[in-house]
Amino acid sequence: MYSTTEIVKQSTAEGEMVINIGPQHPATHGVLHFVITLNGETIKKVEPHLGYIHRSIEKMCESLSYRQFVYVTSRMDYLSSHINNHACCLVTEQALQIELPARALVIRVLMDELTRLASHMLWWASMAMDIGALTPFFHAFREREMITDIFEDTCGTRLTMNYMVPGGVLMDLHPDFQKKVHAFINQFKTKLPEYDELVTDNIIFQNRTKGIGYLSRESAISYGCTGPVARASGVSCDVRKHFPYAIYDKLDFKEIIDTGCDSWARYKVRMQEMRQSLHIIEQLIDNIPEGDFQAKTKAVLKPPKGEFYSKVETARGELGVYIVSEGATTPYRIKFRSPGFSNLSALEHMAVGGKIGDFVAVMGSIDLVIPDIDR
Amino acid sequence: MFLIKYIKEVFGAVKSLAIGMRRTLSYFVRPKEIITQQYPDERPVIAERFRGEVVLMHDENNEHACTGCTACELACPNGTIKIVTKFDTTPEGKKKKALDTFVYRLEMCTMCNLCVEACPTSAIKMDTAYEHSVFDRNKLTKKLNNEGSKIRSGVE
Ligand code: SF4
Ligand code: SF4
Repeated sequence: MYSTTEIVKQSTAEGEMVINIGPQHPATHGVLHFVITLNGETIKKVEPHLGYIHRSIEKMCESLSYRQFVYVTSRMDYLSSHINNHACCLVTEQALQIELPARALVIRVLMDELTRLASHMLWWASMAMDIGALTPFFHAFREREMITDIFEDTCGTRLTMNYMVPGGVLMDLHPDFQKKVHAFINQFKTKLPEYDELVTDNIIFQNRTKGIGYLSRESAISYGCTGPVARASGVSCDVRKHFPYAIYDKLDFKEIIDTGCDSWARYKVRMQEMRQSLHIIEQLIDNIPEGDFQAKTKAVLKPPKGEFYSKVETARGELGVYIVSEGATTPYRIKFRSPGFSNLSALEHMAVGGKIGDFVAVMGSIDLVIPDIDR
Repeated sequence: MFLIKYIKEVFGAVKSLAIGMRRTLSYFVRPKEIITQQYPDERPVIAERFRGEVVLMHDENNEHACTGCTACELACPNGTIKIVTKFDTTPEGKKKKALDTFVYRLEMCTMCNLCVEACPTSAIKMDTAYEHSVFDRNKLTKKLNNEGSKIRSGVE
């Protein structure tokens, strides 16, 4: 970490100015600190300072058992907590070779896609808010509330779920689940055109995002970007398509790829992904197989010696969980490959050369969740 | 040429803004779709599975089903639960492990439900109470078993 005088000393060049954005800035959506070097209004350098919300989750997980460490990961990318839990369960199941009942697989995919929708809605709301439109926030939260209500009914929690456990899911679906999801689908389908009217078709919004934050295909790959950020640069990287887990290989959905490479393209990709998630939910909601929701597992899970890796597609990109097992009840080493960190590292590349006023529009389009970056 | 493009853009912006504003204003004439709840005057409907706190279930005879096996204590990832056991003497004169105090520290609980899953006798469950604020932090450390309660006969 730098002291203020050091930061000022670094910017010796004539006419340059250093400004700090964050750590408590509403547009960073959390405690992230940027030191930005400006020449006039043009961004010369962007330096993210991390660590404000570092909780050493990886180290913490090493002292928890294979059942216990799942719940901590809800606190990483709290907007995709179901999907984080899914990744952790997958790696344990892979190590112990647990076969899941069909019902558990379908429930997991349904929950994942609902989470993705909720997360993208929140992103849409906050992106519009960053650019200056406050109304969309309330529109998105109205629909998101329906999803959190569905989660609350079935899982008992609204944000930090701990609903997926090694071997299946914690509880069976609530009897009202199907009815409520149908109500949500109907509501969301009528409201999506409203979203477009409010933000997508707005010329001011389009002008503020088009051509801003250019990230070429090559740079997206070299920075390790994943998720909508990479797909908006033309990189095909959807884990659900390339390395299908659960039942994604049997589902009909499209991977959204755009070659616009700018903030507007990233916006469009996420808007289309919402429609794809809705399509997946529609395919599954009336075809939930009967049966067990949890496979029989031992009370104490002891994976064999070895290294295991599994990855999933969260709302932000590829989340990888890497485990080294020594055959004990707790993992020897855990490493999370979080999508937010790699996407953030490309921010400087996107922002340099642009104007300071556009910085927020670039940052909003990456969809940063700070606890996911810091862990 | 530039001027025409500029004016066109301005009109386009105004038009799209007007479309958005029409959408916003339309909610003024449909107050039913406004979803603000006036908490605490209006009480929210809480889902039946909502995880608000852990409780030890007692029946009307002030009996619970906890054997003091500490499975919940071991399952808890963050040391929220502490089971203090004692030794009861059964009518046959044998010594038997029993629950003395079920210490539950609400301020540390993450509502992960792992303790409820682990309990072999289903003695504990998640309750839906959600208004937990108190003035003194010590009040959050609770003793879950009632005064004078004992284990239900037949529970092993
Ligand atoms: S709900 Fe989780 S954190 Fe709370 S007491 Fe039970 S196991 Fe511990
Ligand atoms: S509550 Fe259940 S798990 Fe905990 S000590 Fe009592 S019987 Fe054992």
